[in-house]
Amino acid sequence: MSEKKREPLLHVSKRASLPWYAVWGIRLAAVALALVLCAIVSILVTGENPLQIFSTIISGAFGTSRKVWMTLQNTAILLCISLAVTPAFRMRFWNVGGEGQALMGCLASAACMILLRGTMPNWLLIACMLLASLLAGGIWGAIPAFFKAKWNTNETLFTLMMNYIATQLVAYFVILWEVPKGAGKIGIINQQTEIGWLPVVGGQKYMLNVIIVSVLVLLMFFYLNYSKHGFEISVVGESERTAHYVGIKVDRVIIRTMILSGAVCGLAGFLLVGGTEHTMTTTIVAGRGFTAVMVSWLAKFNPIWMIVTSMLLVVLERGAGQIATNFGLSSSFADILTGIILFFIIGSEFFIFYKISFHHSDAKEAIARG
Amino acid sequence: MDNFLSFLISLFPRAVMQGTPLLLGSTGETLTEKSGNLNLGIPGIMYVGAISGVIGAFFYEQSAGANMNAFLAIGIPLCCSLLGSFLMGLLYCFLTVTLRANQNVAGLALTTFGVGIGNFFGGSLIKLSGSAVPAIVLSGTSSYFSASIVDSSTGNWFAKLFLTYGFLAYAAVIIALVASYVLGHTRTGLHLRAVGESPTTADAAGISVGRYKYVATCIGSMIAGLGGLYYIMDYTKGIWASDAFGDRGWLAIALVIFTIWRPNVGVGASILFGGLYILHMYIPSGMNLAVKELYKMLPYVVTIIVLIITSMRNKRENQPPQSLGLPYFREER
Repeated sequence: MSEKKREPLLHVSKRASLPWYAVWGIRLAAVALALVLCAIVSILVTGENPLQIFSTIISGAFGTSRKVWMTLQNTAILLCISLAVTPAFRMRFWNVGGEGQALMGCLASAACMILLRGTMPNWLLIACMLLASLLAGGIWGAIPAFFKAKWNTNETLFTLMMNYIATQLVAYFVILWEVPKGAGKIGIINQQTEIGWLPVVGGQKYMLNVIIVSVLVLLMFFYLNYSKHGFEISVVGESERTAHYVGIKVDRVIIRTMILSGAVCGLAGFLLVGGTEHTMTTTIVAGRGFTAVMVSWLAKFNPIWMIVTSMLLVVLERGAGQIATNFGLSSSFADILTGIILFFIIGSEFFIFYKISFHHSDAKEAIARG
Repeated sequence: MDNFLSFLISLFPRAVMQGTPLLLGSTGETLTEKSGNLNLGIPGIMYVGAISGVIGAFFYEQSAGANMNAFLAIGIPLCCSLLGSFLMGLLYCFLTVTLRANQNVAGLALTTFGVGIGNFFGGSLIKLSGSAVPAIVLSGTSSYFSASIVDSSTGNWFAKLFLTYGFLAYAAVIIALVASYVLGHTRTGLHLRAVGESPTTADAAGISVGRYKYVATCIGSMIAGLGGLYYIMDYTKGIWASDAFGDRGWLAIALVIFTIWRPNVGVGASILFGGLYILHMYIPSGMNLAVKELYKMLPYVVTIIVLIITSMRNKRENQPPQSLGLPYFREER
């Protein structure tokens, strides 16, 4: 026994795939644990009991019909951007430029509303806005894709930088179009005439956005899972060499997918400016381009599950906002809670893909088995 | 010519002060990326570094009152800041190295979390201090941090260009040079680069991949956190306001690319970036105000151009670490 070696206590190995209920069980457990920790943090900060805090979150997100619609509308926009970045992610193209691509969509929509008002009928203007937004987002997505395809330029860093260029472009046009001069902001565009505002459907201001994004979820689901393009994306994501081997033109797939990704981000911008905000600021996308990365990843790039994950993050954010107002805290409290929940979910993935075994018990078993 | 010189003398010190947080942030991120971790949590970590220092300084100022001790006034915020950013780095490592989580997602979550922590505790402190303006003013502590060898109103151009900064600015340059030396000329640096380029090879050579990733990322986070501390204590003269730090964290990540992963290049490049960042303040008045916003784009445009050129030239020593962004699992090859 003199040559006894020190064995690590824990041994980590890859799991065979788990049944779906175990996978979601682990994720739910993670969310539950995260909520417990969030409750503890909230209690420490506010001194209220945890039930009070959770009921505040629910009432903040669903308390009145106006709040329900706000939650739905925020979910719709976040979901739209999440859907947009998903095809790129399936290809292992880390598009963290959703923020900038959506901003370019906003810029294009606002430009049409301001420059083309009074020159054409409203429906034609809205069509122009839509087209311009898709185009602007698509171009913003295509630029990094082109360089990735041609020279393998790092896409994470490239798309990240494109965000800030878009922000400054918007800042430039905000000052160019500011109303009144010197205000430093555009204000509500076409407030009297409502030119370029998306029509109100079913008496609810945000209904149209929700419907459009719902349709988009289905379209994206089928595009990714049942179309030739979707298949090519998966192959490129799995292994570029295999893709080459089976005759897929990898650079074309990369550029095509990123144009799609950017264009759908542009659509989100169009919905934001035309459908809800009717104005443009540099912070109009409000970090959703980054949150979308997490939404998409949490749902394992599955469009249907993204409904759940985007809703979770939005409810949390609005609920935590409510806690902040009720207890006189800074609204950044929401970010802390969101961060905690994300960490738990991110961490829980480990237990889905790997299993931990205690080394000495393995050895004992081996001895017992003889 | 004379005009140009005086312009340079007025621009340079401000560019250095803008550039110092970027230099610290990018040195930290370079160390991190050399270990194969693409830490997009740097903006959040810099916020946490800043607010931890502010919290330390705030309570020290409250308890010490008028008789502040220079050693403690610098030491307490410094230690708090290092501790705060260290914990953030540790969290990132735990998620990405131990639990092998996706680095982009973990990093972005860390940024959300860190900025939230910064603004939340900042907001709470503002309430505690009961001040009328929505900001914390720590001019006492700041006077120690920004104490310089020569007063900035000096007439001597040499002194004005090089001797008017607080000690952290010099520390930033030294840290960058040391980091550069360690990366390029020591065994530890060689091992670290091996881990970032090819963890499988490093592992086979008997290098502990996990330990190198942990240590490099945590030290990197602490250095980056100092950038946040410098910004608050020296650049803004001890004034914390919500979102004050802005998007400098992302700019620090841009700087890493711009310097093609070389901290010593960062010393000059950070001043260039700082200059580009504030160039819009120097455009002639009477020009269209909107153009200012286009000037602010410059650092990012320049970064993209560098990114493209380095990838086109495809020289091996100028590439990102090969395993950047990928988790390592020994049994998966």
